Amino acid sequence: MEDFITLDYGSGGKKTASLISNMILPLLTNEALDELGDGAVIDGAGRLVYSTDSFVVSPCFFPGGDIGKLSVCGTVNDVSMAGGEPKYLSLALIIEEGFPVESLRRIIESIRTTAQEAGVQVVTGDTKVVEKGRGDGIYINTSGIGFLKTPGLSPRNIQEGDKVIVSGTVGDHGTAVMLARNENLVQAELKSDCAPLHRMALALGEKMGSSLRVMRDPTRGGIATTLNEFIEDGRFGMEIRESDIPVLPSVNMVSEILGLDPYYAACEGRLLAVTEAGRAEEALEILRSFENGKDAAIIGEITSDHPGRLVIRTPLGGGRIASKLAGAQLPRIC
Amino acid sequence: MGLDKSKTYHLMEVCGTHTMAIARSGIKNLLPSYIRLISGPGCPVCVTPPEVIDAALELTEKPGMILATYGDMIRVPGSVKGDNLAKRSAMGADVRIVYSAMDAVEIAKQHPDREVVFLGVGFETSAPGTATSIEAAMEQNITNYSVFSMLKMLEPSIRALAADPDFNVQGFICPGHVAVILGEEGLRFFSEDLHIPAVIAGFDTDDIVNAVRMLMLQIAKGEARLENEYADVVRPEGNPMARQIMDRYLEPRKDIWRGLGSIDLSGYGIRPEYAAFDAEKKFGITFREPTVRSGCRCGDVVKGKLDPVECPLFGTVCLPEDPEGPCMVSAEGACAAAYKYRSF
Amino acid sequence: MCLAVPLRIKSLNGTDAIVERDGVSRSVKVNFIRDPRVGDYVMVHAGFAIEKMKPEQAEEDLEAFRELEEVLKTI
Repeated sequence: MEDFITLDYGSGGKKTASLISNMILPLLTNEALDELGDGAVIDGAGRLVYSTDSFVVSPCFFPGGDIGKLSVCGTVNDVSMAGGEPKYLSLALIIEEGFPVESLRRIIESIRTTAQEAGVQVVTGDTKVVEKGRGDGIYINTSGIGFLKTPGLSPRNIQEGDKVIVSGTVGDHGTAVMLARNENLVQAELKSDCAPLHRMALALGEKMGSSLRVMRDPTRGGIATTLNEFIEDGRFGMEIRESDIPVLPSVNMVSEILGLDPYYAACEGRLLAVTEAGRAEEALEILRSFENGKDAAIIGEITSDHPGRLVIRTPLGGGRIASKLAGAQLPRIC
Repeated sequence: MGLDKSKTYHLMEVCGTHTMAIARSGIKNLLPSYIRLISGPGCPVCVTPPEVIDAALELTEKPGMILATYGDMIRVPGSVKGDNLAKRSAMGADVRIVYSAMDAVEIAKQHPDREVVFLGVGFETSAPGTATSIEAAMEQNITNYSVFSMLKMLEPSIRALAADPDFNVQGFICPGHVAVILGEEGLRFFSEDLHIPAVIAGFDTDDIVNAVRMLMLQIAKGEARLENEYADVVRPEGNPMARQIMDRYLEPRKDIWRGLGSIDLSGYGIRPEYAAFDAEKKFGITFREPTVRSGCRCGDVVKGKLDPVECPLFGTVCLPEDPEGPCMVSAEGACAAAYKYRSF
Repeated sequence: MCLAVPLRIKSLNGTDAIVERDGVSRSVKVNFIRDPRVGDYVMVHAGFAIEKMKPEQAEEDLEAFRELEEVLKTI
């Protein structure tokens, strides 16, 4: 193969076929995909969970992951949060002319590894190439189908007194990617927390039943934005305690230096769960039994005070309101 | 003497970082109702008038220009709502966020064929660093680097504030890091000239709480001293080496403050011998006639005359994602802090 | 305009230094610090060390607040 993707690879002709047969198929091979039909024929189940997500992260390789790993985890996690056991993924690539083939190979390999870890198969896909300047290296879309295992999850289930749990340290991914994008800001040994959440989500769903009200993964906008979504319907408020929210010392330090707030930085391998108060400790133990859940913590509760508002209790005992993220966080000196 | 707890004692901070720290600490509604913490003209972005922002936006139109700036300036609007550096970047201007003026010098070094202008915003905390960047560019013969100085001095704005007939402040929380540069000596004017209790404070919650305690004690005893709560970092003489480098490259000049108007010797310009690194001279920057958008009360907010929530535009027309004025868009503007951390 | 953080000097090279803490590091200028040494803590603002200092001994927020409350009762 040549070193760089050219427009011909997107034309649908021989070059496209060779890209698929020489690189993509060998790496992602499975019965459905190998058929190379227009649609994948797959075994089904009762109710399905279906989700889609697009990935445009820059740079495409960052500490702790890459756009390939992210594209699998993102959709696997969305399906998992909705109570599904992820099974199948579609994979659409939009590649900019001039993108190095070696980079593409690394990304597909990463997709393979992550898909294996997540127990999903890429069963159908598409490849397009756009002229130089019309893309940012590579864009990826994945859609995912899962079998519904934990039905009924919804913020509507939330009741007063319920506890709020986070499965690990917050803000790792957003902070790591910001530093990878602008290497002159500060240097830190920070890795994205990008990881599939299906096992933790399925375990919670299986063991907690209706005591698990809802789960979400706090991606763009961080935990503050996602927690606001839980109480958007205005029936209840939420209070979380600053001192209970796990943050890596390095994430804290980067945030202090640059004037950022880790509660608004994206996570890509964390889940937020709301559970019945009496069984919160149980949920915590379930999460902590997983390597990726070792820092799980109960961070707050649902309250009838200040409905629709998320309040952060400071160490001083005062409260401050945390809204959804308005615009992207920027480093500041003031 | 004691306090009259039926009155309201106003304690003013004059540093955007204090505005944020106070808001973040959640202290405001833990204090008794007779103590009110208010914000003064301490946000350097907020007190930069719109016509200066306009000039910076115009600079981005020069072909090949790289504008380097702290993130604080990216969303600040000029005279036209919605026109800010973020928008100009989206329209194709090369705007780069830097953490340090030295990073802007580095960009100039890496792109010798492009002009790099660094927006020098800040008070005395940032001035020595900005001056250092000029020295570094000079020493390395980097001729494509210049600074658009928007640096301001703390003292003249405080004096102007205190001269206002409506001035109603009983104590000052003084900016700890400006004090690092100027020292206790440099802030002596609070007690000796203005006769108001003043405490130099750090930025952690306990620093702020201690400063409130020290101020209320002074007020109760009828004292008007300058105290230093931040003595671990702030020396009586401040940092003379930092002031030395400021003196070498910068000089005080008349400057215009949003809300306070024109004040003599209140800003820092670049000395004429370093005109080659002065973006205003290099690019012939001129300022249009000032305009203030109707309804925007940032001027009164920075003076501490108006609490953000009292502004009729607050939270309705003026929001962080769609600001009328800089007090709402600047990360530590009084209105942005009030909105983000609103107590209840 | 005052966002600054205490960081430890890891290495020095004339008026340049690498500072670090908690796994985070950055190059900064120390040109207005008197006699900087490796191991010193400096307060860093926008890439410049503005002063030397001892490592922070932060007081407990709650303790400080209780002190304030006590004082306010007496005045």
